[in-house]
Amino acid sequence: MSENEAKLRSVFVEALAIPRDTDVEGLTYRGIKQWDSVAHMQLVAALEAAFDVMLETADVIGMSSYPIARETLVKHGVAF
Amino acid sequence: MLAGRVALVTGGSRGIGWATAELFAEHGAHVVINGRSDPSARAKELSERFGVETLAIAADVAKAAEVDAMFREIFKKWKRLDVLVNNAGILEDALVGMIPDAMIDGVIDVNTKGAIRCLQGAARLMTRAKRGSIINMTSIVGTNGNEGQAVYGASKAALIGLTKSAAKELAPQGIRVNAIAPGYIDTDMVRALPADKQAKLVAAIGMGRAGTAKDVAKVALFLASDLAEYVTGQVVGVDGGLRM
Repeated sequence: MSENEAKLRSVFVEALAIPRDTDVEGLTYRGIKQWDSVAHMQLVAALEAAFDVMLETADVIGMSSYPIARETLVKHGVAF
Repeated sequence: MLAGRVALVTGGSRGIGWATAELFAEHGAHVVINGRSDPSARAKELSERFGVETLAIAADVAKAAEVDAMFREIFKKWKRLDVLVNNAGILEDALVGMIPDAMIDGVIDVNTKGAIRCLQGAARLMTRAKRGSIINMTSIVGTNGNEGQAVYGASKAALIGLTKSAAKELAPQGIRVNAIAPGYIDTDMVRALPADKQAKLVAAIGMGRAGTAKDVAKVALFLASDLAEYVTGQVVGVDGGLRM
């Protein structure tokens, strides 16, 4: 697992307050009770801080799963 | 009162926006001045007079892509934003029945949609620090109405709904959202009103004079500062007792 992959997992675990052994690849927005709209904004803020990027509004709205979050970060120059 | 804070003032190169940018810089804030035309000279002036960092951003708040780019520039320079003054606005009058569609779009795009876009961008930067103050510049026309200003009034009344809703939503993030409702303020924008209308307005002001841009800026300074740390969701009138 790359360093950035580990960082991404860690951000999700901490921002959504979910167990470390959660299958993050299967996580979807509103698919679990912890990932609601309020947590989404906190997740976005945590991702931006961790990866030193600023997402576009369309990215924030479209970031509906863990894999899409990874794709979004790739778009902003983060390598996995 | 704002030492080291980063503040963005939209429409900051003249009128109330400029007075606010000036007062914020005087109180130690690093100021981002936004305007539709290049506000670099204004930003340079503040740096030289007050020794603060400044950033000039030419962007039209009516254009989503330009607003996104503006917040990315702020992020690039400071990684944060502490204060937003949503001040960019245009004033156009037309009597009901004679309001062109293009005028509705133009006024709402800048005054309302522009403010929503900026609030959203600012809230995202402020969420990281779990602190921030957003000030929406509404108007006494938004709270009380005025003939010939149905569209302008609607665009400004919308900011009150925006303020109250966003204040509730963002309070848990430590972000305060308030509005200022200036009355008759002596700026270029209102000087464009017909002389008889201006005289009628002054006659209706309890304090007997038009307000100054600095009168409004002082309230913005209070709302931006920690003096107002428990104040959110409020609309503060700055109108000298104007009856409308």
